[in-house]
Amino acid sequence: MHVISLSAFDLSLAALLLLLLAGCSFRIGLGIEKKIIISGMRMTVQLLLVGLVLKVLFASGSLYFVMFMSLVMLLVAGYEVWARQTRRLRGSTGYLISTGSMFVSSFSVAFLALTVMVGVDPWYTPQYAIPMLGMLLGNTMNGVALSSDRLITDIYKQRGMVEQRLLLGQSWQEACGDIRRDCMRVGMIPIINSMAAAGVVSLPGMMTGQILGGSSPIDAVKYQILIMFLIAAGTGFGVMTAIWLISRRLFDDRQRLVLDNLTSAKAH
Amino acid sequence: MVDTFTIRNIAFLENGPYSLELTAGECCGLIGASGVGKSQLLRAIADVLVHEGECLLAGTPCLSFSPQSWRKAVAMVPAESFWWHDHVGPHFDTDGGDTVLLKDLITRLGFDMDVFTWQISRLSTGERQRLSLVRTLVTKPRVLLLDEPTSGLDKEMATVVEVIVLEMCAGGQCSCLWVSHDPEQLSRVASRNYQVELHGLVELPLCM
Repeated sequence: MHVISLSAFDLSLAALLLLLLAGCSFRIGLGIEKKIIISGMRMTVQLLLVGLVLKVLFASGSLYFVMFMSLVMLLVAGYEVWARQTRRLRGSTGYLISTGSMFVSSFSVAFLALTVMVGVDPWYTPQYAIPMLGMLLGNTMNGVALSSDRLITDIYKQRGMVEQRLLLGQSWQEACGDIRRDCMRVGMIPIINSMAAAGVVSLPGMMTGQILGGSSPIDAVKYQILIMFLIAAGTGFGVMTAIWLISRRLFDDRQRLVLDNLTSAKAH
Repeated sequence: MVDTFTIRNIAFLENGPYSLELTAGECCGLIGASGVGKSQLLRAIADVLVHEGECLLAGTPCLSFSPQSWRKAVAMVPAESFWWHDHVGPHFDTDGGDTVLLKDLITRLGFDMDVFTWQISRLSTGERQRLSLVRTLVTKPRVLLLDEPTSGLDKEMATVVEVIVLEMCAGGQCSCLWVSHDPEQLSRVASRNYQVELHGLVELPLCM
């Protein structure tokens, strides 16, 4: 079975639906019609560009090209995680921590999967490496961003409590332990829920794509199971890395809570 | 058993330097305009606020202690107390601690031992303040830093707190720095009183 190629006309028909939605938004005063149209256009342009890049990338198959592309993806993911925090660590530390956590959650896990589980030769074959890394980055980003943001916000709001615990002679780990555990849970619960719902409530996008592309459902399901495990593990380790590194940074070497390390993302 | 406590050139933000020496078992009063940095001074002494200068306990500088052991030895009771468990009990070290002392403090401050099963959310401000004091006193600190410890209490309870702290000092169990807005209270509890200024401490005459 060969996949049916979509024409520009087919896509414009789908885009009409979005225009219709924008029209409704305008009619009932939702005020998000501009956003709908702009993000729709942005998505189209970004994906078309990526399609072109991937075409070249797949044709060349060079390790350096793959590494370069992955590095760009990682840096952007790190930035996204960092940008979503309402309060951030001052200087480049915050960005480095976000990127480092994304490295743990995606890069290392994708590398492991390519070399050990999929066993494709060479391991950096772009048809496998890039989509897999992309899935991992995109799906673990939410968890890492959510928990990082929550950690800084919670410690900031509960600074009196944290300091009270320090004053009673607790270590910094004890003083923010409850908050850290809460934030790790917050980051991991969504992926745990989506594992529970997979196949019953939702057909995951990757699997759907493979089936549309002509793979047998069983093959598609096996890949989906692999990717789900990887995402869940990646999210968990990424979240733990982020929480550990950020919380460590909020205390100095005398275990004082130092919140002047933080800047607010808002204007004031 | 009690030791000299030295505060040497403590400075933080725009404040300081502050220097003071507490002899064994002594209670010193600190008074000063609101916002001048009295609480911050106590926080710096307890080493939870970044500061210059150093404090020495029996000649040993703060930096020679681990942060935890310093804060256990030089314990601050902040003006506003914080609680993180649902019930009173888990906030207290009921196993390893001195249960006789705990029972004594709890009873004298107007509670029964069943206070440990109470919910934090149902405590009044004054109850929280008294329990917060017990929580720290029962760990037997060598220096006690009190930030307006009776601000939420009625006169009778305030007197009980004064008597308890004075007993601990007189019994040679600890020295104390007492921040208060009330000169009369300080004249009852403190052997020396200081006015906290932006750049130093000014000793006040007794019997204000």
